[in-house]
Amino acid sequence: MTHKQYPSLMRLSGLIRKEMWQIFRDPSSIGIAFLMPLLLLLLFGYGVSLDAKDIKLGIVIENPDLTTQSLAGSFERSDYFKPFPFSSIQEAQQALRERRITSILWLRNNFSEQLLSGQQAPISVIINAVDSNQANITKGYIQGVWLAWLTEYSAVQGKSLPLPVTLEQRVWFNPALSSRMFLVPGIIAIIMTLIGSLLTAMVVAREWERGTMEALMATPLHIGEMLLGKLVPYFILGMGGMLFSVAVAVWQFNVPLLGSLWILIISSALFMLVALLIGLLISILSKNQFVAGQIAILVTFLPAFILSGFLFDINSMPIAIQFITHIVPARYFVAILQTLFLAGDVWPVILSNLAALLIMFLFLFAIVWRKSYKRLD
Amino acid sequence: MFNSVLSITNVSKSFLRGNKKISALKDVSFSITPGQVTGLIGPDGAGKTTLLRLISGLLNADTGQVSVLGFDTRSDSLRIQASIGYMPQRFGLYEDLTVQENLNLYADLQNITQQDRAKRFIELMHMTGLKPFVNRLAGKLSGGMKQKLGLACTLIKSPKLLLLDEATVGVDPVSRRELWEIVYSQVSQSAMTVLLATAYLDEAERCDDVLLLHEGKLIKQAPPEQFTDEVAGRVFHISSTTQSHRSLQAELSQANGVLDALIDTESVRVVMQKNQQANIAHILPNHKNITVTPIKPHFEDAFIAMLKTKSVLRQQSLKHKTDSANEDGDVIKVEHLVRQFGDFIAVNDIGFSVKQGEIFGLLGANGAGKSTTFRMLCGLLPSSSGYLSIAGKDLRDSTADARSRIGYMAQKFSLYSQLSVQQNLTFFSSAYGLRNHQQKERIEWALTTFELENYRDSNAGLLPLGFKQRLSFAAALMHDPDILFLDEPTSGVDPLARREFWERTNMLAESGVTILVTTHFMEEANYCDRLVIMESGKILSSGTPKELRLQAKTVDNPDPTMEDAFIYLIEQRQHHDS
Repeated sequence: MTHKQYPSLMRLSGLIRKEMWQIFRDPSSIGIAFLMPLLLLLLFGYGVSLDAKDIKLGIVIENPDLTTQSLAGSFERSDYFKPFPFSSIQEAQQALRERRITSILWLRNNFSEQLLSGQQAPISVIINAVDSNQANITKGYIQGVWLAWLTEYSAVQGKSLPLPVTLEQRVWFNPALSSRMFLVPGIIAIIMTLIGSLLTAMVVAREWERGTMEALMATPLHIGEMLLGKLVPYFILGMGGMLFSVAVAVWQFNVPLLGSLWILIISSALFMLVALLIGLLISILSKNQFVAGQIAILVTFLPAFILSGFLFDINSMPIAIQFITHIVPARYFVAILQTLFLAGDVWPVILSNLAALLIMFLFLFAIVWRKSYKRLD
Repeated sequence: MFNSVLSITNVSKSFLRGNKKISALKDVSFSITPGQVTGLIGPDGAGKTTLLRLISGLLNADTGQVSVLGFDTRSDSLRIQASIGYMPQRFGLYEDLTVQENLNLYADLQNITQQDRAKRFIELMHMTGLKPFVNRLAGKLSGGMKQKLGLACTLIKSPKLLLLDEATVGVDPVSRRELWEIVYSQVSQSAMTVLLATAYLDEAERCDDVLLLHEGKLIKQAPPEQFTDEVAGRVFHISSTTQSHRSLQAELSQANGVLDALIDTESVRVVMQKNQQANIAHILPNHKNITVTPIKPHFEDAFIAMLKTKSVLRQQSLKHKTDSANEDGDVIKVEHLVRQFGDFIAVNDIGFSVKQGEIFGLLGANGAGKSTTFRMLCGLLPSSSGYLSIAGKDLRDSTADARSRIGYMAQKFSLYSQLSVQQNLTFFSSAYGLRNHQQKERIEWALTTFELENYRDSNAGLLPLGFKQRLSFAAALMHDPDILFLDEPTSGVDPLARREFWERTNMLAESGVTILVTTHFMEEANYCDRLVIMESGKILSSGTPKELRLQAKTVDNPDPTMEDAFIYLIEQRQHHDS
């Protein structure tokens, strides 16, 4: 008497419409889908910088003369330093301990003498190395300024000074060495993780919590329709977030997009699907919003932040941790993003990372499909 | 192809709770008659919801067969779901969608064409009276309207079989009556078959056929008259001219051959054990002033008779210090009390007073302002304006000593689910300053009086609902309070546990404790000495149960129930407003 139940576009579009209304009416969805991405973009675009700028450098000149003035002057002119003069090394050391300055340049009273005699480098440098990364950068910058000054000084004096071996550097892909250039593309991966996994896991768990899932399940709804009904809206939302971030990156932060936009869209779509499937899987495991949110943050958001190479270089991680990064989908996507933006369509990099994402997608899809059924137990 | 809309054969279902296997249904078989309304009743945890979920294809049976409209739920659940309507206990309305959007969603899910849809929407809006609210968010509807919208969503496709899981719990009597009018009109118009689970036995009494489940087993399937026939000749009204009906009830429930005794309007309603009705002649041999009248049994008498094995409440006094009332007159006094939340007036200028040893009721539907009133009385919420005193003080600015005289049982189960029964009692007794020997003694008292010994070490969260309620009650009594606040103590509790609860409450009142209780069960008003009926933050009427009921007395209805009175008062007010 009843004809066979076929999948129906009416049911699917009904579900999608419902989901859209809910997203736009619920402040917490708006927060996760729109406000947090914006905040992250602004924070990483303007706030976070891994470069050293305005390094607070204490300068101690024990025997001031023209030579020392000239050297101190070149530190003052540098963008990287903000010099603070001290009259004794003790005072400067005290300031370093109290963190008023982060490094000290110490020119002893025999500075000019030693410089002229061509003996060992006559300057001493003390750096607060609590932040080792910052300390390395500071050391490099001080060396740079010192060498530049030395070259100039010897030219002016017409003397040949015993210069230390210098390095000829070529910085590729990010010539200004600006961390914003690689942070901003990386954020796209974070934002899509946020929408795909965190938001999706929470909205599905919410349906269980509020009892709407039971009523939905009692209708002739296919499990495929149910999954698509969740995937489609959040896919659209995530891709929208991606396009918005790309626009902000290119026009607001002047990050060049050297690769093709189409490859960017295709790889983002694949990553978005992986993120969505993880979100759905979490919601299958936990039917409680709070727990789903916590799991999503722990297994998707934090790894995407810390282990994807977005913020910290994977190669400098311990081997064991490097191994773990291979199961973080964001790792592959961040590699694609940074390559596409800063280096262009480098096919070997893009294809190998896309392949990894594709394997993850197929694997997760198989699990989600097997684990989803229209039963309550 | 099928001779029955629904037939269930040898169905069993169990769940894993932790490591424990719990049997929800044990070898249940029945079928229901097409075009009829069948009621499904039973105490909490009897397996009603599990059964409905099995029928709607949301669960698979462990063994046995569930056949709906000729299809097996295991293999053809989608086909079944296209032809049935299932309204779960908490119907999943999307609260951030409007009434219309919710209806559209369910119409989409049922694949209803635009032409059919328009016609059906008009019908449904007309039936439910939701037409003026189509653009309102579902979350902003009152409880009764939400239920009506849920029902409308379920009825969108005019299902052949309608399954309702406690559709009217917590709904005000007016909406409850309207909900049933909708259901019955559908049955007569489109020959719909209905299976409804309910905790209200008067709803079951109106069904054509009734299924009684108990502990996962089907005890009886019969028309309601057959249930009541079982207890015919065994039900009596007993009243006394010299004794308070409360102490009379206490004595009767202990008497020989009595299965159940409860206060019913102005007398005590007694159900005798099977083949013991002869005992009624000399039921209380030492009492001269009692009159015994045989009466027609209610459905509830039959329900109790079938499920209650005379478990006599232990007659330990619930209160060990017999308190000499230090204030004659009003223990609780409320005048012109108002509470506003923003521009919403939750409690609107109410006043009443309660005497020592009285059971005083606040009766009203969900959202009438009962709980807000309660929180103000307990000092948990400041009032916006007005006067209130408990034993002469406002609890908000009185000492811990004054607070220790009151006991409070919150509406929701507010004990620690992860602690055992004993640990909960220990915690609450120490919170009230009981120590050492005294504490131990009191805990033992609670465990025995409330028959919780067997559950001493079980986690409170895993207790059956009726036992949770007992534990909450025990916790509120740990410090032997003089005044007791009970907020919806019987909400969601089955009729058996509810009776037991009222027996205990009666005993407490008898020993001098003042009790303030809220309830949305209209028939429970009869247990109160006096009560007020609340609606939208206002008191509609106050008095003894009899006084209230008689307001609705008409020629057609010479002996109105509390529900009749409630509906009468609401209609009066609406009439007055317009």
